[in-house]
Amino acid sequence: MRITHRQALDVVLAHRSDKIVVTTMTSAGLWPHLSDDPLDFAYIPSAMGHGPSLGLGLALAQPSRGVIVFNGDGCTLMSLGNLVTLAQHRANVYVIVLDNGIYEVTGGQPHAGAQHVDYAALARAAGITRTYTCATFSEWQATAGAALSGAGPVVIHLKIEARFGQKTPKPPRPMAEQIRRLQQALGLP
Amino acid sequence: MLDGPTIAAALKECGITHVVWIPDSELGTWEAALTSTDGLTLVRVCREGEAFAVAAGLWLGGKKPIVMIQCTGLFEAGDALRNVLHDMKLPLFIVVGVRSYYLHQQGATPDTCPVYTEPIMRAWQIPYVVLDNRNTAADLVAEYRKAVAEKRAGAVLIAE
Repeated sequence: MRITHRQALDVVLAHRSDKIVVTTMTSAGLWPHLSDDPLDFAYIPSAMGHGPSLGLGLALAQPSRGVIVFNGDGCTLMSLGNLVTLAQHRANVYVIVLDNGIYEVTGGQPHAGAQHVDYAALARAAGITRTYTCATFSEWQATAGAALSGAGPVVIHLKIEARFGQKTPKPPRPMAEQIRRLQQALGLP
Repeated sequence: MLDGPTIAAALKECGITHVVWIPDSELGTWEAALTSTDGLTLVRVCREGEAFAVAAGLWLGGKKPIVMIQCTGLFEAGDALRNVLHDMKLPLFIVVGVRSYYLHQQGATPDTCPVYTEPIMRAWQIPYVVLDNRNTAADLVAEYRKAVAEKRAGAVLIAE
């Protein structure tokens, strides 16, 4: 049985420590039910596919603090070059690819890579050496501690259940407030 | 005259910390100066949309990045640009090389890049100036400082 989206997030919550968590798409709607930390950044409205790039910029700016990025599989496919860009840097970015094979927020249409893309292999081919793949909740529970610690970049491919009938999530607070909160938490003026 | 050493010095004078870029044949000649300037980090990306998102992350994390790309990349990066400048309202500064600008002025090229670059900049509501071979890096500094003072995004188009 595949991991549920909620289970995927629950495990991250237990292991995030003081990392920034960037959420996109459906994750941005679910995560605020689990966490309301100033280091949470709901990247919404977003430019689809650019979550990992945003996370990389944050990690380069704040090298002592890790950045976890939840990215959908459809998002990942939209900007595969992100993986190559990420591989250039010793940046503590932990990209979690949530693979459900569909564009969830548009009603559940399959994307071009549905059911046959190995995202961990793509990341390795791009030059990212730390990759993980989990297909069950127990695998993810057993893997998360190691995967979400140590030096980045890291790409984690989670095979999750597809959910249909989802709506485009709304951010927990306006973007300007999110930015203010995050920068305050980072000790920025 | 705009060249690598004067541009790199100008960016340093402005306090720029990162140049997120994909070069073209003109901007590419600036690479050695950009990479050898203390305090300035060059971040190479694979597609121009990425450049805006990386720059946004750097800005959120307290750095002062600029994006440096060719106009073709500007065309490609529309959604990322829209998101960063208009949804997130980040005051990013952009340097855009305009391919075939001079030839277009002379009516001597079929290249459509110069036809569309300025209309695209206006469509995205990004204040900009064109810098050509009569300008110097001081003009870039002035435009950057104006954007900072007005807390807004801005751009210079480099005539090529």
